[in-house]
Amino acid sequence: MSVDTATVRHIAKLARVAVSDGEVEALVPELNNILNWIEQLQEVDVTGVEPMTAVIPNILRLREDKVTDGGKRDDVLKNAPAAEHGFFAVPKVIE
Amino acid sequence: MTKLTDLGVAAIRDGFRAGEFSAREVAEAFNEAVTNAKALNAFVIETPDHALAAAEKADADRVAGILKPLSGVPLGIKDLFATKGYQTTAGSLMLEGFEPAYESTVSGNLFDAGAGMLGKLNMDQFAMGSSNETSAYGNVISPWRRKDGGNVALTPGGSSGGSAAAVAARIAPGVTGTDTGGSIRQPAAFVGITGVKPTYGRCSRWGMVAFASSLDQAGPMARDVRDCAIMLEAMASFDAKDSTSLNLPVPQWEAGLSGDIRGKRIGIPKEYRIDGVPAEIDTIWEQGIAWMKDAGAEIVEVSLPHTKYALPAYYIIAPAEASSNLARYDGVRYGKRVSPENGSLDDMYNATRAAGFGAEVKRRIMIGTYVLSAGFYDAYFNQAQKVRALIARDFDRVWESCDFILTPTAPSAAFGLGEKSDDPIAMYLNDVFAVPASLAGLPAMSVPAGLNAEGLPLGLQIVGKALDEQGVMNMGLAFEERADFVARPEAWW
Amino acid sequence: MVSEYRIHGATGEWEVVIGLEVHAQITSKAKLFSGASTEFGAEPNTQVSLVDAAMPGMLPVLNGECVRQAVRTGMALEAQINPWSRFDRKNYFYADLPQGYQISQLYHPIVGEGEIEVELADGSSKMIGVERIHIEQDAGKLMHDQHPSFSYVDLNRSGVALMEIVSKPDMRSPEEAGAYVRKLRSILRYVGSCDGNMEQGSMRADVNVSVRKPGEEFGTRTETKNVNSVRFIMATIEYEANRQVDVLEGGGTIVQETRLFDPDKVETRSLRSKEDAHDYRYFPDPDLLPLELSDAFLKECRTSLPELPDAKRARYRDELGLSAYNASVLTADVTTARWFEELLDATGKSGAEIGKAASNWVISDLFGALNRLSKDITDSPVSPKQGAELLSLVADGTLSGTLAKQVFEIMLETGDDPSSIVEERGLKQTSDTGAIEAVIAEIMAANEDRVAEYRGGKDKLFGFFVGQTMKAMAGKANPGVVNELLKKALG
Repeated sequence: MSVDTATVRHIAKLARVAVSDGEVEALVPELNNILNWIEQLQEVDVTGVEPMTAVIPNILRLREDKVTDGGKRDDVLKNAPAAEHGFFAVPKVIE
Repeated sequence: MTKLTDLGVAAIRDGFRAGEFSAREVAEAFNEAVTNAKALNAFVIETPDHALAAAEKADADRVAGILKPLSGVPLGIKDLFATKGYQTTAGSLMLEGFEPAYESTVSGNLFDAGAGMLGKLNMDQFAMGSSNETSAYGNVISPWRRKDGGNVALTPGGSSGGSAAAVAARIAPGVTGTDTGGSIRQPAAFVGITGVKPTYGRCSRWGMVAFASSLDQAGPMARDVRDCAIMLEAMASFDAKDSTSLNLPVPQWEAGLSGDIRGKRIGIPKEYRIDGVPAEIDTIWEQGIAWMKDAGAEIVEVSLPHTKYALPAYYIIAPAEASSNLARYDGVRYGKRVSPENGSLDDMYNATRAAGFGAEVKRRIMIGTYVLSAGFYDAYFNQAQKVRALIARDFDRVWESCDFILTPTAPSAAFGLGEKSDDPIAMYLNDVFAVPASLAGLPAMSVPAGLNAEGLPLGLQIVGKALDEQGVMNMGLAFEERADFVARPEAWW
Repeated sequence: MVSEYRIHGATGEWEVVIGLEVHAQITSKAKLFSGASTEFGAEPNTQVSLVDAAMPGMLPVLNGECVRQAVRTGMALEAQINPWSRFDRKNYFYADLPQGYQISQLYHPIVGEGEIEVELADGSSKMIGVERIHIEQDAGKLMHDQHPSFSYVDLNRSGVALMEIVSKPDMRSPEEAGAYVRKLRSILRYVGSCDGNMEQGSMRADVNVSVRKPGEEFGTRTETKNVNSVRFIMATIEYEANRQVDVLEGGGTIVQETRLFDPDKVETRSLRSKEDAHDYRYFPDPDLLPLELSDAFLKECRTSLPELPDAKRARYRDELGLSAYNASVLTADVTTARWFEELLDATGKSGAEIGKAASNWVISDLFGALNRLSKDITDSPVSPKQGAELLSLVADGTLSGTLAKQVFEIMLETGDDPSSIVEERGLKQTSDTGAIEAVIAEIMAANEDRVAEYRGGKDKLFGFFVGQTMKAMAGKANPGVVNELLKKALG
């Protein structure tokens, strides 16, 4: 499988990373190189193999339903680039 | 008298306990060494106040008869660990100025054990890189130089490059590293120190900036096996805040250290003999095998048939997880924000992430996004997770005929900065020997084995069964006793 | 039965196909993956943990109660419970989604197929299939009207646990969809897994609608997001079905898209802003392990399930002897059923003995009063215990029906117990034959002509004598005794 400039732009859009025309031109061969290289995985026979779920056998622990956190608005907002009246502020969204 | 900065973790701890010096003297000596080593660019920020405060506490505690496991020991903390009130950047502009309101479990464990912090160690951006050249805060320069007199700046390896350089240069007795696909072991090998990646789940990932969640593990990097054992014992813990943390008691690894490995079976995987690897790597590997025989171990030829596929599988799984883990860096709640005038929310996302992430991070986000995108999930991600299961199965089968595996840590000695930065795949190949153990979640360490013809360190890797850190470190100790690696870089910085 | 609901287009009749994805907030104190509170209406960003704000290095830990409630809900729908499930990340960017992904379950949901029986207005019923139930996180909230150039983000809801209950495309009319949502809400409230409060957003639905000529293949569907009342859900379907018919009959095609319901204009419109986000790049969340449910866990879930509305209705009918209507009304909502059962318990009598009278009293007297007072049964001024006392006073003959209504009115006003009202105001019904006989004698003396007429065969005058006697006794005479004594006296 290989990518073209349109695909690179599409991926960049999905990933929300602005890319210049020059970057797109550079990324196409770079990504194709990597994708061609990982393509060799297709030759592995994985018949009957389940995809790995937990690398070391372990069970998912369940938490008790207790309020143990929150009430720390200052900590939550402390590093915000823009915060007003206890909210995070972002460029206006038109729905 | 020996300089305090020549001492490792165990020596500082023991000397402090014995009253040979104060913690304050130690902290001051290392703080000064850090300040004098700016040419290495090993630290993103220096935190002498933290080291001193911990030292003063340790001195006061000692008077009161309180001695903690790491009392008096100052350490370097990789900038991937959130440190409360101290800037945590993960080597990226994206988090420039970010001061967490929380302490990562691992750094918190070390501080609770009495250690202080000398500074936050430089690293490849978001731990993505094998040469420390992807850091937004400049390259770390290895303290080592080739003995050709050329003074070419060499890489300390990556992503824990600042960590490796600091220990090798004797500006920190021990440091934390993190290893996703070799980021502790490869730099340790490049600078002639010891680094341990424990079993996945031994060290909590809580508060550690995530790269690839199913692979990320913290571990110690220090001058020798004992120092690593001491540090790992303090770093590891069961943490209910990390769902993948192992609910097991932390063994007393230091007390359990023994270089007696007679009768142990050491596997030499034939698939690790790959084309294009310099002869010096083979030579040092053979040397290592000879030492192990000398230690009374039995050497067995083994096969890990899917080794060849580990690296490509890794370069699907790790970028896929990373593309999602790094989605939170969006300019809304913390970190960098670039907001074009009159721009939309999406414009802000696009601009922020374009400006905040470096080229390698973007590359991996793009790869990860692509392999997860509609129509490709089965062919890439699912296939890679199946191959990963096969790689883990390979190891399970190998443990029927041996107890450990001995391989080279990296396919070469340290290379010059800039030598591989134009070729991503050549760079990725640095981790060809390290990645299989990461994919299988197994404990693995790198121990220094010797110097190559250019006078640069080479390391060998020991991989063990899940949870057998003790066995791995014991074998490392037996190795260390025979390798007798005492070389250190000559200070030029 | 086959639904008769049709859109009458220019080219003939169209059938509507409806599927609902109901998002129900799981009742829990803390969030799905963090220890922050789920309480409604707090100050912005005060119920946010560092996990909910997606700070670097923060990790999710699963709330067991949320799992338990989802499993119990699945069991209540007699659905397949998957003892092995796992969480996936749904990746997309939005300001209300701090992690840049929602933790949900795509590939292996916790609950598989089940079904819900809904009752329709014509008395028929229909089975609606449930495709799956999965657990997921809610997003935060955006406010657009607080600032000229900023939207504000509040993460209090971010990470609150939801169940997404996905129906099969089995509904064919707005009525069926409405009945489905009401029944589902009733079951959730019985189970206690969701409070069903649609006004506060605890329950909302994504409405999938398509149209087709009867018997043909499914048409292309649209999805109208986040519709938050039964009425709006029905309105959405009606509007959307008619719109689609118009488009198709006008030669157009239906675009598979996300739409928004506008309750003011009662119409739906395209939500193009979400269009490009459809590649969600789902993959298993590597921060969480597969969720494996033990037999003990499953057993507790099952044994802790209450009697559910269908079973309760059948029991009311069969064991308590209630009419189908009464049984249905009393079981539709769990709080009503609970009130009714407390009332029965407090009477100390068997359900078969008192159930029918009690159901009639609740439905006509109590509901009538609550309606008048615009009160909910949960804040009824009369307690079940007081109601039971009133019913007992009627059953043992202390109060006549008329007196009982009088006492009930006083209870509503004062909140006093019926026995004390009867005592204080002397409202006791009398069966004192001497007193009644004396009154009868007086009345007969005063109405000799009518006595003669009655005795002459004018039977219907009997009612006159009863009325006069009751009036003279101020309504307190036991009507049975009055009847008996009058018959004797009049001969």
